[in-house]
Amino acid sequence: MSVTAGAHERIEVEVTVNGVPRAAEVPPRRLLSDFLRHDLRLTGTHVGCEHGVCGACTILLDGAPIRSCLAFAVSVHGRELTTVEGLAADDGTLHPVQAAFQDQHGLQCGYCTPGFVMSACGFLAETTEPDDDEIREGMSGNLCRCTGYAGILAAVKQAAGDLRASGADPRSQHQPEDDAFAGRPGGEHGPAGGDGGGEVPS
Amino acid sequence: MTTRSVGAPVARSEDPRLLRGEGRYLDDLGHDAFQIAMVRSPHAHARVLDIDVSGALEVEGLIAIHTFEDLPPRLQEPLPLLLPHPSLTAGRTQHLLADGEVNHVGEAVVMVTATDRYAAEDAAERILVEYDPLPAVVGPERARAAEHAVHDDVPDNVAAHLEQSIGDAPAAIGAAPNRLRFRLDIERSASTPMEGRGTYARWDGDDERVRLHTSTQAPTSVRAAVAAFLGLQLAQVECIAPDIGGGFGVKIMHPWPEEILVPWAARELGHDVKFTEDRREHFVSANHERAQVHWIDVGFDDDGRVLGLDVEFIHDHGAYIPYGLIVPIITSTQLIGPYKLENYRVVFDSVYTNTTPVSPYRGAGRPQGCFAMERTIDRIAAHLGKDRTEVRSVNFLQPEEMPYDFGLTFQDGRPLRYDSGDFPASLEKLKQLVDWDGFEERRAAAEAEGRLLGIGLATYVEGTGVGPYEGGHVLIEPGGTVQVSTGLSTQGQGHQTVFAQIVADELGVDLADVRVVTGDTRRFPYAVGTFASRAAVMSGNAIHLAARRVREKALRIASEALEVDAEDLELADGQARVVGSPDTAIDLKVVATLSNPLRYAFDESARIATQFANPGKEGQPPVTDDDEPGLEATDYYSPMSSTFANGMHAVEVSVDPDTSDIEVVRYAVVHDCGPLLNPRIVQGQVLGGVAQGVGGALYERMAYDEHGQLQNASFMDFLMPYATEVPSVDIDHLETPSPLNPLGIKGAGEAGVIPGAAAIAAAIEDATGVVIDAMPISPSQLHEQRLTTAQDRPGDTT
Repeated sequence: MSVTAGAHERIEVEVTVNGVPRAAEVPPRRLLSDFLRHDLRLTGTHVGCEHGVCGACTILLDGAPIRSCLAFAVSVHGRELTTVEGLAADDGTLHPVQAAFQDQHGLQCGYCTPGFVMSACGFLAETTEPDDDEIREGMSGNLCRCTGYAGILAAVKQAAGDLRASGADPRSQHQPEDDAFAGRPGGEHGPAGGDGGGEVPS
Repeated sequence: MTTRSVGAPVARSEDPRLLRGEGRYLDDLGHDAFQIAMVRSPHAHARVLDIDVSGALEVEGLIAIHTFEDLPPRLQEPLPLLLPHPSLTAGRTQHLLADGEVNHVGEAVVMVTATDRYAAEDAAERILVEYDPLPAVVGPERARAAEHAVHDDVPDNVAAHLEQSIGDAPAAIGAAPNRLRFRLDIERSASTPMEGRGTYARWDGDDERVRLHTSTQAPTSVRAAVAAFLGLQLAQVECIAPDIGGGFGVKIMHPWPEEILVPWAARELGHDVKFTEDRREHFVSANHERAQVHWIDVGFDDDGRVLGLDVEFIHDHGAYIPYGLIVPIITSTQLIGPYKLENYRVVFDSVYTNTTPVSPYRGAGRPQGCFAMERTIDRIAAHLGKDRTEVRSVNFLQPEEMPYDFGLTFQDGRPLRYDSGDFPASLEKLKQLVDWDGFEERRAAAEAEGRLLGIGLATYVEGTGVGPYEGGHVLIEPGGTVQVSTGLSTQGQGHQTVFAQIVADELGVDLADVRVVTGDTRRFPYAVGTFASRAAVMSGNAIHLAARRVREKALRIASEALEVDAEDLELADGQARVVGSPDTAIDLKVVATLSNPLRYAFDESARIATQFANPGKEGQPPVTDDDEPGLEATDYYSPMSSTFANGMHAVEVSVDPDTSDIEVVRYAVVHDCGPLLNPRIVQGQVLGGVAQGVGGALYERMAYDEHGQLQNASFMDFLMPYATEVPSVDIDHLETPSPLNPLGIKGAGEAGVIPGAAAIAAAIEDATGVVIDAMPISPSQLHEQRLTTAQDRPGDTT
């Protein structure tokens, strides 16, 4: 018998990811982060420490942020997951939180960014009118080594204003035709605008 | 009309892709690759007596196990010493896998390859390595004491001893009316990018080529190293730096053992192989920096003018010295900062310790040098009872004295020669920005609230844009897209955006039509790398020069097609057109089509281009001797010397009198890196650097015990600042151009981190009255020092 018997036992895990039913057979010890990245090939969720400190692997589980490196894939069987791939509109138009990160230079290398974006979506769903201190506290579960956080905090502030204006649930996929963000480019060269004042760009 | 984009805060073109989760970082590639796990040494210093792999052989998914003995002779050679130096007389580098001895915790001993990382780790933990532990040498002073040797054949643990001097410092100090002697310490820290190291290799047996993706700041050099170790021609190796999750210096080290072992294993096994470092591995096996002990001896006059400065320091370079003496040489030369030192002597020993090796981390020896110099100026001010800004002012090198040659040799082997800068103006700006003169009022107000408030400042000069060269390639495709490439790689600096801005301006095209590729040897095989705040200066200027050549060629072809003088043409809105008569114009994509004598009518441009079909000049071939097909050019930028940026930071801290908790309440930066290509990106670089400076001053240290065990090898225990620990920062810029390069720019990547420890130490000292001579400092350390200081001078009357 193999010395790692059990490691290769496989269990069917069915989840809904970004609104799409997905399934894979995985070993019981498969981390949720690895399941998303390597079994479902959703590599937008990043892994920075694998001990639950850096927050790069943050996703939404039934709408609430969790660290996917601290969960086993089998433990989320039947649940609903949202990853960073599930936020932009089908045509690629950025979600208000994503757009704000670009407007406010809230990312440099981009590695921690999906975790921050997902944390921000969870935070803004709970706290729709955060003040500066609440934003700082709300974003203090994620590590960034590039930006010094200033752009990230400004982005969350801008996104809070934009989301209040549109009334959209930050945890939902962006629907550009349904709200004030229609026509926003968000393509390879989005607008340079955005002043952190929370105004919806025209 | 196309608006000029250089100098504008253009939003980054990288962002939408990264924000949608479409980045391609190393571990996002090669899902079906075999994966590596390393058995790493748990001992800081030991002989390897035996390796028993038998327990691992039954692990399901195991593919291969390799020890040093299993490697071919070429791979049994130690890693190259990248930057030899005449004073580096005892250079030692590591082997790819330990050859009978380990010299730091985390050194790779056995390589396990399996179908996935889980299986590889299962096998790795079943491999039994028998060690005979040896005494560990930890810390620069224990190394220098040489009670034990890290390497048997280097009994004094000294790899290098180097002395440089200007004038006669000992004589000047001896003759000075005032003299101070003291010691200053900086502890170890590290880059710790959010993404660790990683390498992925595909061996194509049909083509006999290896394609290597690696998370590196130096892809062309990794390519050359892989070719050399694997006995391949350069043409058989492609090296690509994909999206990189931060570097901050640690990924300039090359080749890592894994960067050789992974492609070798891929060829041996005939299968893709990948190594993705985990966080603990990164802490113990990826390089650190910063640890130095300095002894200062300074003589000065009654105005605080430094008459002579003598600095001796020990640099802890860890178990091996693969990257040479770059860090201590930078400390030696950049310690001077903005001051006109005419009598200066600096001596260092670079020593082996049984800890993780050292190579540059953002700042690269400058934070230590800045700490030494700026603490010295503060001591002089305290001794004389003078304002700290005044003492700085009397020592400043003046703008009219530039360029100024100090008579020292810089890291690039060239003279230390400041090209430009206006230090008095920078200081004045900083004083305004932080309201230096209004501080005593704020201090009094804080005191009334029971808080200890202090202010400090620190200045620096940073050699940037270090040579020898970078290159750029610019090509306008017949479809109208402008393709740009340069060999160095990107770790978040926004190169795609900034380089596109440079090209868009030169060619009069829309930013959205410019595509920039960095760090791909298939596109540009010559490069030095991304380090020393050099990418914008080096590749930016190279790309600028290449774009200018393309511009000239476009104007020439357009002038022939339109039958107008080239001097009457301009490039704008994606066209070459007659100045003042924009209806007489030709699209650049048509010009691109015209540049190639072979053009089938595949598209609209080609159909239009036939209107201008030129049968060639009488008696000349279709492509003349001095021409080539295509609207493209390559050019290189190679400077005579580095360009020197500078800056000054001021910090206010509040210290809790009961707990000694330290809070940074105000942080002001004045930064001069010449004209800003993209203010938004430069500001981001500065802010990120400041956060690392704050981390290095108050939180981050590599806590080794006396056995060489790293006690805090996780993000739980190595305290990288969260948003709650980083202050808001006010930034002001001077833009003193460099005369050395066409764009007049200086580097900005490292600046923000350099003066953090020095400025924060000064502020804490000002708040508490406790002399701060070692950083980083925690509240408990500060509290201890405050208690000790209070005991030492109970009736202090000074």
